[in-house]
Amino acid sequence: MPTLYIDNKPYDISSGKNLLETCLTLGFDLPYFCWHPALGSVGACRQCAVKIYKDESDTKGRIVMSCMEPLTNNQRISINDIESKEFREMVIAWLMTNHPHDCAVCDEGGSCHLQDMTVMTGHNYRDYRFTKRTHKNQYLGPFINHEMNRCIQCYRCVRFYKDYAGGNDLDVFASRSNVYFGRAEDGVLESEFSGNLSEVCPTGVFTDKTLKEHYTRKWDLTMAPSVCQHCSLGCNIIGGERYGELRMIANRYHGEVNGYFICDRGRFGYEFVNAETRIKQPLLNGQVVDRTKVLTEISKSLKRAKVIGIGSPRASLQSNFALKALVGEEHFYHGVSDNEHDLAELAIKILKDGPARTPSMKEVEKADAVFILGEDLTNTAPMLALAVRQAVKQQPMEEVAKANIPQWHDAASRELMQENKGPLFIATICTTKLDDVAEKTYHAAPDDIARLGFAVAHLIDPAVSDAGNLSNELNELAKQIADKLLNAKNPVIISGASCESRSVMKAAANIAWALHQKNKKAGLVLTMPECNSIGLAMMGGARLNAAFNAVLNGHADTVIVMENDLYRHGTAVLVDEFLKRCKTVIVLDHSTHATTKKSHFVIPAGTFAESDGIIVNNEGRAQRYFQIYESTDVIQESWRWLLSMGTNSGNARMSHWKNFEDITKAIAIDETLLNGVDTVSLSPEFRMAGGQRIPRAPHRYSGRTAMLANINVSEPKPPEDSDSPLSYTMEGSRELPPSSAIPFFWSPGWNSVQSVNKYQEEVGAGLRGGDPGLRLLEPPATTTAEYFSGVPEAFKQSAGHLLIVALHHIFGSDQLSAQSKSVVQRVPKPYVMISISDAKNLNVQEGGLLNFEVEKQAYSLPVQISAEMPIGVAGIPYGLTSRSELPAWGVLKK
Amino acid sequence: MSLSKPGFETHLRQAWADNNRKRIMEKPLTGHIREDKRPLTLKEYEKVGGYQSLKKILKGMTPQAVQTLVRESNLKGRGGAGFSTGMKWSFVPLDAPKPKYLIVNADEMEPGTFKDRLLLESTPHQLIEGMIVSAFAIQADQSFVFLRWAYKTAAGAITKAIQEAYEAGYLGKNILGSGFDLEMHLHTGVGRYMCGEETALLNSLEGKRAIPRAKPPFPQISGLFGRPTIVNNVETLCCIPHIINNGADWFQKLSLTNDAGTKLYGVSGKVKKPGLWELPMGTTMRELLEVHAGGMQDGLKFRGALPGGASTDFMVEEHLDVKMDYPSVAAVGSRLGTGTMIVLDDKTSVVGFVKNLIHFFAQESCGFCTPCREGLPWIEKVLHAIDQKVGKKGDIQMLENHTKLLGPGMTFCALAPGAMEPLQSALKYFRKDFEKYIKEQKEIKGVRTITA
Repeated sequence: MPTLYIDNKPYDISSGKNLLETCLTLGFDLPYFCWHPALGSVGACRQCAVKIYKDESDTKGRIVMSCMEPLTNNQRISINDIESKEFREMVIAWLMTNHPHDCAVCDEGGSCHLQDMTVMTGHNYRDYRFTKRTHKNQYLGPFINHEMNRCIQCYRCVRFYKDYAGGNDLDVFASRSNVYFGRAEDGVLESEFSGNLSEVCPTGVFTDKTLKEHYTRKWDLTMAPSVCQHCSLGCNIIGGERYGELRMIANRYHGEVNGYFICDRGRFGYEFVNAETRIKQPLLNGQVVDRTKVLTEISKSLKRAKVIGIGSPRASLQSNFALKALVGEEHFYHGVSDNEHDLAELAIKILKDGPARTPSMKEVEKADAVFILGEDLTNTAPMLALAVRQAVKQQPMEEVAKANIPQWHDAASRELMQENKGPLFIATICTTKLDDVAEKTYHAAPDDIARLGFAVAHLIDPAVSDAGNLSNELNELAKQIADKLLNAKNPVIISGASCESRSVMKAAANIAWALHQKNKKAGLVLTMPECNSIGLAMMGGARLNAAFNAVLNGHADTVIVMENDLYRHGTAVLVDEFLKRCKTVIVLDHSTHATTKKSHFVIPAGTFAESDGIIVNNEGRAQRYFQIYESTDVIQESWRWLLSMGTNSGNARMSHWKNFEDITKAIAIDETLLNGVDTVSLSPEFRMAGGQRIPRAPHRYSGRTAMLANINVSEPKPPEDSDSPLSYTMEGSRELPPSSAIPFFWSPGWNSVQSVNKYQEEVGAGLRGGDPGLRLLEPPATTTAEYFSGVPEAFKQSAGHLLIVALHHIFGSDQLSAQSKSVVQRVPKPYVMISISDAKNLNVQEGGLLNFEVEKQAYSLPVQISAEMPIGVAGIPYGLTSRSELPAWGVLKK
Repeated sequence: MSLSKPGFETHLRQAWADNNRKRIMEKPLTGHIREDKRPLTLKEYEKVGGYQSLKKILKGMTPQAVQTLVRESNLKGRGGAGFSTGMKWSFVPLDAPKPKYLIVNADEMEPGTFKDRLLLESTPHQLIEGMIVSAFAIQADQSFVFLRWAYKTAAGAITKAIQEAYEAGYLGKNILGSGFDLEMHLHTGVGRYMCGEETALLNSLEGKRAIPRAKPPFPQISGLFGRPTIVNNVETLCCIPHIINNGADWFQKLSLTNDAGTKLYGVSGKVKKPGLWELPMGTTMRELLEVHAGGMQDGLKFRGALPGGASTDFMVEEHLDVKMDYPSVAAVGSRLGTGTMIVLDDKTSVVGFVKNLIHFFAQESCGFCTPCREGLPWIEKVLHAIDQKVGKKGDIQMLENHTKLLGPGMTFCALAPGAMEPLQSALKYFRKDFEKYIKEQKEIKGVRTITA
C-alpha cells in the first residue's frame, strides 16, 4: 500500500485517486469547489491548493492544486503550510469580491458549501472596496430558481448538465469576470435531471423552486431516509418536513443505486403529499366519520361477506402483505393490468432462473456495450438513462487510460475522447432522449423489436430461435449489435415492461443468456412500471381480471382496494361494472381518484412520507423507507389500518403484529422469495451508543417550543416511533448512523450536502458499513433456464386500424408525481402520435383530432406527427388518457 | 552615365545580386521581403530560393533527420517561451496513427508585438514552406494557420499563397511525388488574447470556448481533437527552411550569442523611429534603442522597457547593455518574450502605463480560474484608484501580494503570471511613483471618493 506524508505524518493510501480525494478520504478538511466526485477534476477554482515537496530535504515546496495531482508513493505534502493556507483564504476573498453576501435571504444559507468553505479557510475580513458586477437572472421553469449574482464560477453546473447529463440548453457565456451560467434565453430547463443543479451548485445560484414555495431552512426540517416512489429504480432520497408539510426531497447517496443524483420526477414529484386531493379523514358513504366508527362499520361489513383484496404495486410489501393476510392468499389480487402482472412475473422468472445477473445502476455505468430493447429510459426509468449516458464513455475511457491520463482528470479525458462513444444500440417504438449517444437506433412496433432481439441472440448463439426473414438492413444491424456485444467486456442488455410486450422481454433475456453461453458476463436490467412492481409480484397473487370475474360471477361481493385506482389498470367499462356489483367497496388510499369516488368506505392511508415500508426495486433490491413525519392520528400506513381491521375481525395472526418489525418478520417467514427481507430494516430496539435514538432533526433545528404556540403554549409531546430507532426531534446521537438509517448528511464544518464525503468508506465509494438494501434476486449457481422460443410474426399493418401503443412521459405517466403542482406544468396534453405516412393516408394534420376505439373504449385525441413513428402504429401517452390494455388494435372511426 | 554600357550593367547586376545574397544570408527571414512589403508570389519566392528546403527533405531526409537537424540548430520557440523546437517535436509519437496536426500560432496579440505580422503579410510562402517541412518532421497530415482576426491583409496573402502552393503540388496528396500528404487550412480567430495560449488555441480551433487545457497531457500526445499536435510560432517556423538549406552551424553563426539564429526585434513607445528589424540574436538593447530606433524623442528620457511584450518584466537603464537573448534577459529577471520592446519614458505615468496593461489582461482573462478572473479586475481597480489619486495606504502591499498570488502555478495558465511581470517589476523599479500618487491624494481636500 503506498504511503503519503501529510505534514510529515505517514498515511496508508489506496492508489488511483488524486490528492484531494485522498485527503478527504483520510478525513482532512480541505476546501474545494470545482471538483465533484462524480464529475472529476478540472482545476478551475484553485481552492484545494496544498504544498508539495520533492523529497524530505525540500523545505520550499511548491503550491499545487490537490485535485489535479496524481498520487505517487512516498509523496510529501502539506495542508497546514502557511503559504497554501493564505492562498486558499485568498481564493475565497476573490470569489467573494462579487458575491452578494445575501446569506440571510438566500435559500442555500445554512447548507451552503460556499459558506462552509469561507469559514474553513478563515476568510473573515473583506479588503475589496470597489463595486460588484451584477447579472440579470433567468426564468428557468417550475423547478429551478436562478440567482446568478451568487455565482462563484466553479463550472460545476455546466459540467453536470452538459457533460454528465447530456443537456444542451444550459451553458457558460461570455468571459473574464463576466462569465454567465444560464440558458441562451429565459425558458424551462429541458433536462430531466435539472434538479441536481440545486445540489451540484455550491451556493445559491440554482436552488429548488418548489422548496422556495414553502421555504424552510434546511436545518429546520425533520428528515428521514426514504426511497423514491415514482419509478421502479428505487433511488434513495431524503424527505424534509415542517409544519406537517413535506417541503423538500433531496438525494440520499447510495453507492450502488443512484449515487449523487436523482431525476426531476423524483425530486419534484413529492407535492402530491401536500395536495388538496389528499384524503384526510375516514369517509363512510361520503360522510366524515371517526376512526373507531369506520373500523366498527367495516368489521360489520366484512362479517359474512365474501371478501377479496386488490393490492398495489405502489404500496409497500407490508401493506400488500397485510391485505393478503386479511383476505387470505386465494383472495388476494394484483392491482395491475393482466399484461403488467404477467410481465412482472416473467421478469422475476428471468432474473431468478436465468444465468444473467441484474446489475445495479453503478454497474450499468461501467458497462462497455449496451443494447436497449423497448424502453424509452429517460421517461420510464430516468436515472438508468443517466447511467447509460455514462456507460458510453467506457470504451473511449480505455484510450484515456492508455494515454496515462488518470480517470479523474475530467478535462483531459474529454479532450482525448472528444465525441467518441462506446457501443449503444436502442430499439424502441419511437425516438428517445438517449438517441443522441446511440451508435444505431431502430424504431419499430414491439413485435419487430422482439424479432431484432431474437435475431441478435441467434447470431450470438445459434441455439436461440432465429427471427427469420429479416430485411438485409435489419440483418446487418443485428450482426453489428451481436459483434459489439460479443467484443465487450461488460455488456448490458436493458429491457422492461413499458412497451408491454413479453416477446421483447424474452428476446432481451435470450441475448443476455446467449452471451453467458459465450462466457460473457452480460448483465440484464428489466425496468418495471411501479416502485414495488417486483415486490408485489414476488408475493404471488392473482390477476386483476380474475378479481373482476370473482365478483361478476358471484364468488365475491366485497372488495378492499388498497392504494390503487382501478381505472388506471383496468378498462373503464369493466371497472364500472365491477364496482357496481360489489356490495361493499373499501378503498385505502392517500389521494382521491376515480375509484375512491365510487367506494363506500374511504380510509386515509399515509403517503410514503407518513409511512414506514419496504419496497423492492427492479434490481430485486429490498429497501426500507422511514416515516418522515406523523401527520394526524387517522392518517396511517395502509398496513396499520389493515392490522386494525384484522384484529377487529378476529384474525388471530394479525392481532399479534404490533409494529413494523412484527409484520416484516412475518413476511420473511411466509414469503419464500422475500426471505431475509427483515434484515433490511434496523430493529426499532436498535440504539446508538449511549442508548440514544437517531435524530430526524439536525441539532440546529429551531423553534420547536414555539412553532405551535399559537395553538397551545405548552409544547406538545413529540410522537414516539415504535417502528424504527429514529426520534422525531433533534434529540439523539450525533454519531454517524448506520448506512440504512441516515436521515440527513451533516458533519462539523460541512453543512452542505458535500458532507456526504464523511459518510463514505472512501470518497465516491460506498457508504460506511455498506450500501443499504438487500438484493433478493441473484442468478442460480447452475441454471437450467432454456432459451425462450416463440418469435413473434413481423408486425403487419391492418387496414382501418392502427396498433395503439403506450408512450411514456417522465412528467405525467406516473400517477402520483403528476399531481405535484410544479410537475403539472411539465405534463404534456393528451395526444396520439402517428407516422407521417399514416397522417397522409388518414388525411389528418398536426393538431387535428383522430378518433378511434380500443376494445370499445373510445378515444378522440389531437394528432402529433413523427417521422420516427413506425407506420401503422400509434402512440398514446401512458397514464394521461383512458386506460386500455395495450398494445391493442385501435379501430379508426370517422 | 549610360546604363546601356554592357560591362557596367553586368557589374551592377552582379553587385546587386551579391548584396542581395548577403542581405538574404544575413537576414534570412526578411531579407527577401520587397521594399513595398507586397507579399512575394510563389514564382518570386522560388526565385529567392523558396521551396528548396522542401525539395531537399523530400529527396533524401527522414523525418528523424529533419528533427535532429533542427534540434542541433538550437532553434528556440519565438512565441515567447523559448523552448527548443526540435525537443518539442520529439515528443510526438511518430508511429501514432493519423490524423496528426501541425498548427502555426499566428494569433499575434501580445501588446507591443507586431513581428509575425510582417512575415505573414509579406512572405507567406516562407511560412508555408516552414510548415510543410515541420509537418513532415512530425509526420503530420493536417495543418492549420491560426490567424489573428484583425490581420486581414495577412489573411488575404495566406489564402492566396496556400492556393498557389496547392497548385504547385507543394500541398495536398503525394507532395512532389514523395508519398507525403499534407492539407493546410487557414483559420481566423475572433480576437481573443487567450487563443495565443497553445491549448486554448486548440479548444478554440475545435469550436469550444478558448480556455486553456491542463498539462499534462501535452498537445504532442493529446492535442487538437485529442490527437498528437504541434503548435509553433510563425517566426519559429519561418526559420525552418533556412536551417534545412544552410545547416545548423550556419544558423548558430547568425547569432552573437549561444542562442542561435536571427531575431525579429521591435521597438515601440516614444522613440524617434519605432520599428521592426531582423538582427543577429543577442543584439543589445542599447543598439536596438539608439541605433535602430534612433533614440528617445526629443525632451524625453528613457526610464525602462518591457523587452518582449506586455507580459515581461521591466528592464531599466542599467540593463541597456544586456544581450537580447533568452538566458541573458532571464538573468536580469525578465524574459526575451517576443523580442519586441515597449519603451517607457519619463513623462508617462508608470501607474497609468501598468494599469493600461492590467486592463488588457483583465479583459482578456478567459474566466476559467479564480485568481486570474477575480484577481486581475481587483488589481486594475486598485491601480485605477492610485492613478486617480484615491489610492489607500495598503494598496501597494495588496498589489505586491497579488504579484505572488497570481504567480506561476497558482493560476491555471500563464496569462495572469504574465500580467504580473510588468506589475511586479514596476513595483520594484518605480515604487516611488506609486507611493507618490498615494501620498499626493492626502493633500486633495474634500475629495475622498471610492471609484471603481
